[in-house]
Amino acid sequence: MADLSINFAGIKSPNPFWLASAPPSNSAYQVNKAFEKGWGGAVWKTIGTPVLNISSRYGGWEFNGQKLMAINNIELISDRPLEVNLREIAEVKKLWPDRAVIASAMFESDPKVWKDAVLRIQDTGADAIELNYGCPHGMSERGMGSAVGQVPEYCTMITEWVTSVASIPIIVKLTPNISDIKKPAQAAIDGKANALSLINTINSVIGVDLENFQLKPNVGGKGGHGGYAGPAVKPIALSMLSEVMQVQDLHAKNIPISGMGGIQTWKDAAEFLLLGATSLQVCTAVMHYGFRIIEDLTDGLNNWLEEKGASSVSEIIGAAAPKYSAFNNFDLSYKVIAEIDDSKCINCNLCYIACDEGAHQSIDLMVDGAKINPDTYSGSVKAKPVVNTERCVGCNLCSLVCPVDSCISMVEVPSGRDSITWGEISAKMPEITTNWEEMKKYRDKVGIDIH
Amino acid sequence: MDGTRLALAELQEQFTELKPPFSGREAKIEAMRCLYCFDAPCITACPTHIDIPTFIRKISTDNTTGAAVTILEANLMGATCSRVCPVEELCEGACVLGSDHKPIEIGRLQRFAMDHIYSKKIQPFKPAAKNGKKIAVVGAGPAGLTCAGELAKLGYDVTVFERNTLPGGLSTYGIVVMREPIRVSLEEVEFIKKMGVTVKTQTEIGKDIQAETLLKDFDAVFIGAGMGKVPDMQIPGEDLQGVTEALSFIAETKLAEKDGLEQLKKIPISNHVAVIGAGNTAIDAATIAKRLGAERVTIVYRRSDKEMTAYEFEYEFIKNEGVEFRFLTQPVEVIGENGKVTGLKCVKMKLGQAGADGRRQVEAVPGSEWILECDQVIKAIGQEKPAGLVKAFGLDTDKGYIKVDNTLKTSNSKVYAGGDCIRSKGEAMTVTATQDGKIAAKSIHHILSENHATPKEAK
Repeated sequence: MADLSINFAGIKSPNPFWLASAPPSNSAYQVNKAFEKGWGGAVWKTIGTPVLNISSRYGGWEFNGQKLMAINNIELISDRPLEVNLREIAEVKKLWPDRAVIASAMFESDPKVWKDAVLRIQDTGADAIELNYGCPHGMSERGMGSAVGQVPEYCTMITEWVTSVASIPIIVKLTPNISDIKKPAQAAIDGKANALSLINTINSVIGVDLENFQLKPNVGGKGGHGGYAGPAVKPIALSMLSEVMQVQDLHAKNIPISGMGGIQTWKDAAEFLLLGATSLQVCTAVMHYGFRIIEDLTDGLNNWLEEKGASSVSEIIGAAAPKYSAFNNFDLSYKVIAEIDDSKCINCNLCYIACDEGAHQSIDLMVDGAKINPDTYSGSVKAKPVVNTERCVGCNLCSLVCPVDSCISMVEVPSGRDSITWGEISAKMPEITTNWEEMKKYRDKVGIDIH
Repeated sequence: MDGTRLALAELQEQFTELKPPFSGREAKIEAMRCLYCFDAPCITACPTHIDIPTFIRKISTDNTTGAAVTILEANLMGATCSRVCPVEELCEGACVLGSDHKPIEIGRLQRFAMDHIYSKKIQPFKPAAKNGKKIAVVGAGPAGLTCAGELAKLGYDVTVFERNTLPGGLSTYGIVVMREPIRVSLEEVEFIKKMGVTVKTQTEIGKDIQAETLLKDFDAVFIGAGMGKVPDMQIPGEDLQGVTEALSFIAETKLAEKDGLEQLKKIPISNHVAVIGAGNTAIDAATIAKRLGAERVTIVYRRSDKEMTAYEFEYEFIKNEGVEFRFLTQPVEVIGENGKVTGLKCVKMKLGQAGADGRRQVEAVPGSEWILECDQVIKAIGQEKPAGLVKAFGLDTDKGYIKVDNTLKTSNSKVYAGGDCIRSKGEAMTVTATQDGKIAAKSIHHILSENHATPKEAK
């Protein structure tokens, strides 16, 4: 059994899985239940300024039969009185001293209000406070949530208000609704945040009802943008996590990241860990299936760690992060081509049509070594897809559409060219980057054929 | 011999479609499993070349009406075919997922789309402007209805002549309820009628209307009359009470379903039923006998299981129904007491050399007579060839079937034919009859329209 426990800016947790600040962590009833099932921690549904919620609140996106490929919500922060939330946080922490209990907070931008709130939260015994700078709807219009996260100066200012009075770790939760997430990340660090968490939900309109033309979710004939979450947002979250990992101060000051955004399985979790997240927050998957998914999350993660020879989860945190780079640094001479395993091919020919119409016309349909035209071919022998190795640009598309496991592999082949990056070309031969004639000369010289 | 002792509830259970319909979500999930192959082998495997990946994709996008139209454009008998096609041998057998996983349930998905369009009474094909030409179709089965529908789409004034009380041919009378309820067949006929086709039932050629009249009054004639009755075995005792033939036995259950399953109770059924023959009709008759409550049903066949014409999956199905088999057994006499059947005298057979059709011939083993005790005998030994129509229209034949060329034209240049009545070779299926109807319609249109070059085969 690998050691799944983590130490996140001093917050200890028996496993890296925390409930994200959201409907599943709305009450002591729910968090107690989650801890009974084995969750390592919970970030309480954001407490703060008084709100009123509406009905309806969530919209779902179904993709190819998968319900809740994504969810969006227009629910606000907790609508339960502050006192009730604080009392329940204290009760839960007392019952579960080994779990991470974190209060998420969002208050109006007034230092006195924040100071008072921080002190009251600390009195509950909570392990940390997460500052919600991400909520993209309802609260942002009132100058809170993403309205703060989108302005680095506000980020720093409010974080400073909090850190100057706090005696427990302060986590700043970042909004993805911004063009460069490194800016608010740096701003939070400047405000002396002890940790970061990302991503909050993404601005979205989940859909339109084709029967009655109502937006989803429909609130009495009106709809608006909500927060987008669930499996569909994972690639965006991974990208933003990788971007934040580029912030140098983060490493200099040993600031951990709590990763979230579409974590549904232990495999998703492992990807977040590999790219640098230390703790992991989950919401949509729990909203879909309940707290019981923690069993497979921890079991699957443990089995994978053991398979990889890792004795603890901390060994793999950030293990893939150094591979995250920029296009400028990619080796232009690296080459892969597609290879179809005939013995596995079921002849659906999806690779052919994808390559022919969607990519680079490098797969032919062939009968007895001769190329056929599928529009006119009427022979009884079924044509087989064959990769034209000279033309294949190694784009991966065929292997991505192939429905058979390991039927199409992308195989590395020597390009016969010396390793070089676009960055190096820009530095050494800038004329190539602006002049097509020069580009042609360069290609002819090194032997790059474009079709 | 009395009617069944089974209660109505049990009969209802026994006489409903074997496969339940897909629910909307089931259909969608199954449709999403389809790979949407390029140049898909299922299309080639379908004799009517339905664009299967396209209709399945349309189901997955909730465009179910569009899916049904895609099916109907290639096959006007889409509802029947979705139920009676031997999909294991055709589209589903060709599905690329078959080798590794489970093939897509194409038949049930097609049924889902067709049920949708029929239950919603959607009619995508409106009657076309008439082109002034008249076509007579003989027989309102799948071949005739398809030919009529395709020609109506092109503006022809089509009249279908059907000798039976109800139109629909074998779909109405000959496919067991568990595969196709009679409602489906009759809805399909209504659909064709709404395209502008006139259907005249109880109108038999040579009796109610003469072949010469058709040839004189119409620009072309299509014969899709199917086959005749089950022939006599020409053995002693065939006239005993309790000897029936499979087609009318099946037809009774179909009509009972139409008039209310209570009617099934009126069909005479005995304790031990012997079914003679081992084709798909024999399987159907045996299934019904068993489901009507016969204690034992025995299929008697003079060859072995290897030579059976019934499909493999039918054989598997009927074994699960509890039907017994006596292979290499030739009935030689029906035995009776007081005019009623008490047994079937049989002789054992042995396999010999392969015959002209590739199947091994059989010969009787001398002195091997034995008696199979039974009190009902159902004959399912094939059907008579269409001799009456051949004579009435003066047509050439091939092994007794109507002889046609590639365009389905008979020896009379004004007369085309298709379906089981031309099936001197190949398999007689609803789907091939449907394709014949399409080809004949295309050929007729080609000949009757002004600009005809070389006749082309329909796609």
